[in-house]
Amino acid sequence: MSRFEAMDGNTATAEAMRQVNPDVVAAYPITPQTSTVQTFSQFVADGEVDTEFIRVESEHSAMSACIGASAAGGRVMTATSANGLALMWEMVYIAASNRAPIVMTVVNRALSGPINIHCDHSDSMGTRDAGWIQLFGENPQEGYDNAIQAVRIAEHEDVLLPVMSMYDGFITSHGLERVQIEDDEAVRDFIGPFTAHDALLDVDNPVTYGPLDFYDFYMEHKRQQVEAMKYAKRVIPEVAADFEKHFGRRYGFFDEYRLDDAELALVVLSSTAGTARSVVDSLRAQGLKVGLLKPRVFRPFPAEELADALRDKIVVGVMDRSDSFGALGGPLFVELSAALKTYDVSAKMVDYVFGLGGRDTTPSQIESVFRDLAEMAETGEIKQLVTYLGVRE
Amino acid sequence: MATALKLKELYKKEDRLTSGHRLCAGCAAPIIVRQILTAIDEPVVLSNATGCLEVSTTIYPYTAWQVPWIHTAFETAASTISGVEAMYRSLVKQGKMEEQDIRFVAFGGDGGTYDIGLQALSGMLERGHTALYVCYNNEAYMNTGIQRSGATPLGAWTTTSPVGKVIPGKPRPRKDLTAIAAAHDIPYTAQASPHNWRDLMRKVRKAVAADGPSFLNVLSSCNRGWRHPTDITIEISRLAAETCYWPLYEVEDGEWKLTHRPKEKLPLEEFLRPQGRFRHLFREENKHVLEQLQAQVDRKWRQLLKRCGEEE
Ligand SMILES: Cc1ncc(C[n+]2csc(CCOP(=O)(O)OP(=O)(O)O)c2C)c(N)n1
Ligand code: SF4
Ligand SMILES: [Mg+2]
Repeated sequence: MSRFEAMDGNTATAEAMRQVNPDVVAAYPITPQTSTVQTFSQFVADGEVDTEFIRVESEHSAMSACIGASAAGGRVMTATSANGLALMWEMVYIAASNRAPIVMTVVNRALSGPINIHCDHSDSMGTRDAGWIQLFGENPQEGYDNAIQAVRIAEHEDVLLPVMSMYDGFITSHGLERVQIEDDEAVRDFIGPFTAHDALLDVDNPVTYGPLDFYDFYMEHKRQQVEAMKYAKRVIPEVAADFEKHFGRRYGFFDEYRLDDAELALVVLSSTAGTARSVVDSLRAQGLKVGLLKPRVFRPFPAEELADALRDKIVVGVMDRSDSFGALGGPLFVELSAALKTYDVSAKMVDYVFGLGGRDTTPSQIESVFRDLAEMAETGEIKQLVTYLGVRE
Repeated sequence: MATALKLKELYKKEDRLTSGHRLCAGCAAPIIVRQILTAIDEPVVLSNATGCLEVSTTIYPYTAWQVPWIHTAFETAASTISGVEAMYRSLVKQGKMEEQDIRFVAFGGDGGTYDIGLQALSGMLERGHTALYVCYNNEAYMNTGIQRSGATPLGAWTTTSPVGKVIPGKPRPRKDLTAIAAAHDIPYTAQASPHNWRDLMRKVRKAVAADGPSFLNVLSSCNRGWRHPTDITIEISRLAAETCYWPLYEVEDGEWKLTHRPKEKLPLEEFLRPQGRFRHLFREENKHVLEQLQAQVDRKWRQLLKRCGEEE
């Protein structure tokens, strides 16, 4: 039987890791991910997992060891945040190009500098082109559920790509919420056994991993990564459907809230969606036709599906919890704009950069965003393409 | 029974690094790798840092490696093999795989070991993975065109320590990485050279038999970077040992031991002269650098003798 517990996101993630019981974990502590590593260390010390836990001397080595372990032929997990992810950046790309089905929880934290330990999405957005599948979760439950589904997605033989599961630092990582933890057996049954492909440890069938790859083949190999991402777009819903069958919770590429008949749509990732939902309710009560879309899968970017969901909206406001300096707007805005343009959605679009370095985002700020959108719908004009919420200008 | 360290037995063994690779003629690196892989009778799994050895043996779709081999990046030979070795232990412990007595070996150049990969190496040694790390040390970044490294000796010419109007080559001495590795208190550390193949192979056997990490620093002549003829690779290696520029020794469970003591310690000049990278040191105005270099070699040699409990 599953059980309900009050848990923070990091404890829920550690629970998922305990249940997955990976063959190898290599990780390094960094706020706000640290308690995951600590909790998991205790599981190792208490013999609750069979995992070989490599307490590496850096995140760069964490990812390198994960790649080596994965190529050796087993299940591998890790977790990090911000500077840790930045330090392993070189290896993050190499993991994907080696087609290593590693699962990594990234507890979102602002990148230095200046140094800051609180939430924004600059860390995982910085690796959005690295070739990893990226899943954003809103709360501890989604962090837990995504970590478990990630194992199946990553290891699917049509995919074989690493998966990053994200949730918001402190807000979700350290906020206690009600979490439904499934049975160990049920989780293990859901993920199934690991199937090794071209294992380094198969000494009778030697393979060469990571050769020098020039202009005559490099492009084909990159192309194969593109194909794998396309397959992932098929596999992610399949895994979600099976997950729902097992555990009853439904997951898609994104989550819609009162979006169907909405004229004004807000698009926002992760925990802020919770706040936005209550704002939607109060504005709906006032008769405003507002709705919310919370993306879950950022890579592969479900462009067509997003366009369809937003097709008949008048104005779409995007909230970006990271910026892309010198670009048109934040990463979510830029990607979504391209998607809507490509699939002939005529909605006007604006961007709100918010919550950098953990700055609080209040319901009244989100309400002001909706009021902006309403004004734009009325005038038909974009007042300001990118607005920085709650900043001293 | 281990294969006897006799040529008539060893030559029968199959090459684990085949011919057809693109390392330069006369390069010591493949000689060293072959000596090492021939010394090991057990199955091996290798990790290799970016550098000459890696780029020249694996240009896709070809590979010269007849054994499992992985390259991830420049500074990651030690961390990558750590992951491979941990996975092996995990699978065996869980009964998911049969024990197979696999030896885990990492190869890195001096750049990938003394410099950018030092932290990963230190981590691997401290954590106690049962793996052998081999630095094939050609004393510069050769793959990228002969730039200085932490292993480049005082006064040597490289493209980033050029001989200029005011600075005659590298102004700083090399670091003593073998001693740094030994300071990790690992079961086995040694310094070797391919001219003394029996000594090198014996050390490899000890290293892979150790219960824990081991480190081997092997001097690896690069005729392109050292600027010497391609056919004196072995001779120049011998001169490195005979001048005590590259002493052959081992540190076993904290005990330092010379494995070769030159009958007569040759003047350093004999090692330096055939190499273009030291040519400028023989000019009158650079005599002081030459003397400094000799003095450094002498001092390190005396220090080593003391550590090994040998008389001067
Ligand atoms: C992070 C990173 N920095 C720099 C390089 C460029 N690079 C590749 S090989 C190399 C030098 C290799 O030197 P060494 O380890 O001594 O091996 P060698 O080529 O001399 O055998 C450098 C600087 C790289 N590949 N990765
Ligand atoms: S450049 Fe030097 S180290 Fe590199 S392959 Fe040639 S001889 Fe060997
Ligand atoms: Mg070198």
